[in-house]
Amino acid sequence: MTTITISHPSKSQQAAITQEPAWVRWILIGIALAFLTLFLFVPLVSVFYEALKKGVDVYFAAITEPDALAAIKLTLTATAIAVPLNLVFGVAAAWAITKFEFRGKNVLITLIDLPFSVSPVVAGLIYVLVFGLQGWLGPWLAEHDLKVIFAVPGIVLATIFVTVPFIARELIPLMQAQGTEEEEAAVVLGANGWQTLWNITLPNIKWGLLYGIILCNARAMGEFGAVSVVSGHIRGSTNTLPLHVEILYNEYNFAAAFAVASLLALLALITLAIKTFVESKVTQQKHTTKLKENNHEH
Amino acid sequence: MTANKWLNIILLAASLLISSHALADKTLLNASYDPTRELYQEFNPAFSKYWQAQTGEKITIRQSHGGSGKQARSVIDGLDADVVTLALAGDIDAIAAYGKLLPDDWQTRLPGNSSPYTSTVIFLVRKGNPKGIKDWNDLAKPGVAVITPNPKTSGGARWNYLAAWEYGKQHFGEAKAKEFVADIFKNVPVLDSGARGSATTFIERGIGDVLISWENEAFLALKEYGQGKFEIIIPSFSVLAEPTVALIDKVVDKKGTRKIAEAYLQYLYSDEGQEIAAKHFYRPSNEKVAAKYARQFPAIKLFKIDDAFGGWKNAQKVHFDDGGTFDQIYLK
Repeated sequence: MTTITISHPSKSQQAAITQEPAWVRWILIGIALAFLTLFLFVPLVSVFYEALKKGVDVYFAAITEPDALAAIKLTLTATAIAVPLNLVFGVAAAWAITKFEFRGKNVLITLIDLPFSVSPVVAGLIYVLVFGLQGWLGPWLAEHDLKVIFAVPGIVLATIFVTVPFIARELIPLMQAQGTEEEEAAVVLGANGWQTLWNITLPNIKWGLLYGIILCNARAMGEFGAVSVVSGHIRGSTNTLPLHVEILYNEYNFAAAFAVASLLALLALITLAIKTFVESKVTQQKHTTKLKENNHEH
Repeated sequence: MTANKWLNIILLAASLLISSHALADKTLLNASYDPTRELYQEFNPAFSKYWQAQTGEKITIRQSHGGSGKQARSVIDGLDADVVTLALAGDIDAIAAYGKLLPDDWQTRLPGNSSPYTSTVIFLVRKGNPKGIKDWNDLAKPGVAVITPNPKTSGGARWNYLAAWEYGKQHFGEAKAKEFVADIFKNVPVLDSGARGSATTFIERGIGDVLISWENEAFLALKEYGQGKFEIIIPSFSVLAEPTVALIDKVVDKKGTRKIAEAYLQYLYSDEGQEIAAKHFYRPSNEKVAAKYARQFPAIKLFKIDDAFGGWKNAQKVHFDDGGTFDQIYLK
């Protein structure tokens, strides 16, 4: 095992980095801040401004009308199915990849990364090609009266597809850093596979796991492209929140579009807050892992 | 939390999903194109009421909207639409040809070539018409930014394209028509995928000097945004747009909704259906209703696709299929 040292830059180094005159520093900071304000902060505020422009009544009417409620329900359903499944498979995949050696490991890693590199539109079209009426399984499904695309199952599938990497990708580096020693010790002491997973591995990765769940959840609720392809855009039936926003916008119903969009924005803000908290915990966890390793070496 | 508790939650969610499908009223799905949103928002409740009065049966009508070509594609791929109300016959032909979901002679099943209402293509310009746009030839002038959707995906865009082509043909001769249309498309900064997307680009995002638009879309935009910002320009000559409707035999037979679907389409031809169409700026086919709304629809010299291009199948093949005149113009 190699020693990983965490070096804190010393005072003198810090001074060397920022030797530029003050005005250069301020201009650089100013540009960065102006950029962030213009491209992140202003649009975010404008979402809420536009949403509430026509009054609170319009706002609440827009998010409580039946089609909006159906969209909220569908988004929550898709997320409630996609996230737990990804949780189970993400942990299983990360566990297999980091704690065991086997043939085809690289193939598995590549497969997990696939949804990141494939455009969501393509992800949606894959399902149309497989489950569509003209697709491979389409005629069989139609014969048995089963609906996959243009129905809830297709939306769930598309959501699962685009969110597959989030949990596994978050866990793999963490679990790699933690190594297999604690698990080996557990096995030597007579623990079975479940006990090792439940008592050793999961407690070690819990913050990283939570972080992955949050990212996965945010993407599941916000996904537009893949879901749009398989949705069929049936109002009150197969429209998720992001699709509902698009429809309202296209109907010149801007106040309502922004009201529903503000729900998604709000969700993003909450996600961000929890994420920041969990992130600090993850860093702590990684930090202690490294310290443990260092102590172990010495 | 125990594994059992999780299992319970999942089972509960699953049963909710299934039951909500099983308990629903009889539903009818109408797959339509973008500019009919407001029309069917009013027509559907009217028909539900009529149907309930006639049969005592309660029904739910669902809508799906998108570019006309895209909607046809979705129906071919298995979107369970009982009826389609699309921008042009060519898209329903595609459903018959590629999906085999309805017979080839579907267009003869309803009056007026299955077009309960018609429309035409006109121009929407900014207040005061700063570029002085009066007719099709003004769109080909350099420096005029023209907004129109992509004819590959949008039914509305195909009407725009063919209207421009026919104008070019009649004014500059058969050989120059393509050049004329190419000049117009050189002036298009954004090709949206649907008519509504183009309208939003022009109206909301403020791009372009002129929007080639369905008559009903232009009037709707004027109504939504007040008279102050835009003006409608009626060209000397345009196309008779015949949006067509059809029921999808394979779907209604499977769902057992043929009777409702038939009544739904018939009701578009009724006095009430025609009134609703006229109110949403579609030209009614019923002469009585047409006379009542005559002031709303200025007379234009209109040509028919069947006469000028030998029907949609032919127009589609020559102009919009891969390698057609649009590809020749746009991929250059």
